[in-house]
Amino acid sequence: MRVALFVACFNDALFPGTGRAVTALLERLGHEVVFPPDQTCCGQMHWTTGYRREAADLARRFARVFRDYDAVVTPAASCAATVRASYARIARADGDDDLARAAEGLAVHELSEFLVDVLGVTDVGAYFPHRVAYHPTCHSLRTLELGDRPLRLLRAVKGLELVDMPAAEECCGFGGTFAMKNADVSVAMVADKVRHVRSTGADVLCAADNACLAHIGGALSRLRGGVRVMHLAEILAATGSPAAAVRA
Amino acid sequence: MSGDSSVGGRASSSGAAPAPMPKFAVAARGALADTALRRDLRAVTGELRRRREAAVGELGDWEELREAGRAIRDETLLNLDAHLERLEKSVTEAGGTVHWAADAAEAARLVTGLVTATGHGEAVTAAVPAAREIGLYEALAEAGVTAHPTDLAELVARLDGGPAPADPAPPAFHRDRARLRELFVRALPDAPPDLPDDPAALAAAARAHLRRRLLSARVAVCGADFMVADTGTLVLLESEGNGRAAVTLPGTLICVAGIDAVVPTWDDLEVLLQLLPRSATGDRMSPCVSTWTGVTPGDGPSELHLVLLDNGRSAALADEAGRAALRCVRCSACAHVCPVYERTGGEPYGPRGGGPIGAVLTPLVEGVEDAARASLPYASTLCGACADVCPVKIDIPDLLVRLRGRVVESRRRRPVPTPELLMMRSAAWTMADRGRYEAALRSGARWARLLSRGGRIRRLPGLLGKWTDARDLPAPPVHSFRAWWRARPRHGGDR
Repeated sequence: MRVALFVACFNDALFPGTGRAVTALLERLGHEVVFPPDQTCCGQMHWTTGYRREAADLARRFARVFRDYDAVVTPAASCAATVRASYARIARADGDDDLARAAEGLAVHELSEFLVDVLGVTDVGAYFPHRVAYHPTCHSLRTLELGDRPLRLLRAVKGLELVDMPAAEECCGFGGTFAMKNADVSVAMVADKVRHVRSTGADVLCAADNACLAHIGGALSRLRGGVRVMHLAEILAATGSPAAAVRA
Repeated sequence: MSGDSSVGGRASSSGAAPAPMPKFAVAARGALADTALRRDLRAVTGELRRRREAAVGELGDWEELREAGRAIRDETLLNLDAHLERLEKSVTEAGGTVHWAADAAEAARLVTGLVTATGHGEAVTAAVPAAREIGLYEALAEAGVTAHPTDLAELVARLDGGPAPADPAPPAFHRDRARLRELFVRALPDAPPDLPDDPAALAAAARAHLRRRLLSARVAVCGADFMVADTGTLVLLESEGNGRAAVTLPGTLICVAGIDAVVPTWDDLEVLLQLLPRSATGDRMSPCVSTWTGVTPGDGPSELHLVLLDNGRSAALADEAGRAALRCVRCSACAHVCPVYERTGGEPYGPRGGGPIGAVLTPLVEGVEDAARASLPYASTLCGACADVCPVKIDIPDLLVRLRGRVVESRRRRPVPTPELLMMRSAAWTMADRGRYEAALRSGARWARLLSRGGRIRRLPGLLGKWTDARDLPAPPVHSFRAWWRARPRHGGDR
């Protein structure tokens, strides 16, 4: 299957290892990955901060870049949620019926959905001998309704010990520009998230979105918390063989 | 807060400034630093969440009920004029008197006038969610009327010298029992100095005091959760019993309610009475549900006044977002599941009420021109927990985003652009072109790497400094993903 990768702008810049992991994983499963080079940003930050016009411009651009692909896969859950749930609203706010129609035609899948629902796999042949906690990000949980898809994928990873995290479904406090506009509340929230993460004894915290992981990971790093954050894709891409190592 | 005309729905359109209040982020700081408040909020919201979940889980048709509730509220608000006219007729026929208050000032003036007309210098109040919205206590005091709040939360706030609590549903949980005992001993008339700090003793002390007030009251001011248009019946849900006493004991009863509290029929009420208590407190039914229709000779108040408060509501109904928000039945379930509210409480949201729906209603009704009201739609991570629990299916995150759009559009009209607008525009301009985007990736990585040490960035200037105050940022790798992709041996080139 030919799959177009939407890597998301912040992964492109800050977490290229996640994009490499998605590529390695899908190719290992026998699929062709293409990277439409005109892709930039889905417009999520502009939309959720109230910048409708700018969001509409970016949404139109996204729709143009990805309209010709039968399957678009992204490791950014909140961006997938933006395309799937917000583009229709962006189109309405901007009075752009063409965008509404174009958005409906886009086949954007979050990675775990694509693996489980489209490809029908849960065991992707990964090996990752670590104790891992999973944080269901708000968009994964409530907008995309990923349910236990990421957990099923993680449970099938050899060597991986999946641990339950208390209050896992509570927001980490990132919220895009919220983390800056309401920094104090945001930090109060991530402090509790960090406490819950550390209570699991996991050495790796995993999620389907690097945005939230950057937040929790940023707090863990500042506190020297002894837990690293990894995108689900990077765990699923790991096989234990040095040749397949995708992290820089 | 003042009860003048500056607090009002039409204030934003008529040019008068709404009452001053601090921006959410500023107001939240005090709450965040109040360790006892944090502990109590955590405990109580957690308990209310668990109770709600259990109560909702008992019903097999909860989703159908929510859908029915949404439909009832939508229809009611769409035909609000007709339902209100019917309500006025029914209440009048049953012996009550209906008064219309266009704004907060008029409501306060009406209530004050009705109290003073009785010739009594005192009134008890019970379950008046609109008290702060209309500046009820300030207006009564100005008219020389002594008001005695009988809700435990309000009594406590009053004893403490603070404002009435902004949250409609939760009782006095913002203070723990040690603080309550200290307060009662100091300020509650007749409280014994050796009052123990166990909940039963504290409740008994408050009850003894409040019963004396209620038994001697001649005039009461109350609220109503619902008003049945068909029969003119007013409905009050509460858990302390003071409301029941207030609507039955005094000779004159003055009920203040928002026009959005109208319900067409008892059949509609039946649905809402299943949704509200389970959502609010996890009760199958509120401990006290009072329903009363007009006046009945020899039984209950001989005089009933209903003050119907608009104060921006009908103006807010003009658009879809306003109609969605006003579906709210004030259960506070959205607040109880909100991770922001759990850490700040209701106070930073302002006098119209806290939690996610407060962050919607205040800017919706009062406008977004001033910085404090404009900050409220941003007091959320848009995590969506509120939308999951709302009994009338208000998509609160969607409304918050719409209101953020309103804030931004209003700022665009200003002659000097805000720094945020410039930043957002420039980000969008960069993202609109591949060449510009790739150049920004390269230069951004270069700069960020200069600021980093040991693979992490500890301090950033400007707005981003708000991030690095408490959180690191990973240093961007030398090569972006697309740089790696281009350099791939197998798939070299662009596709």
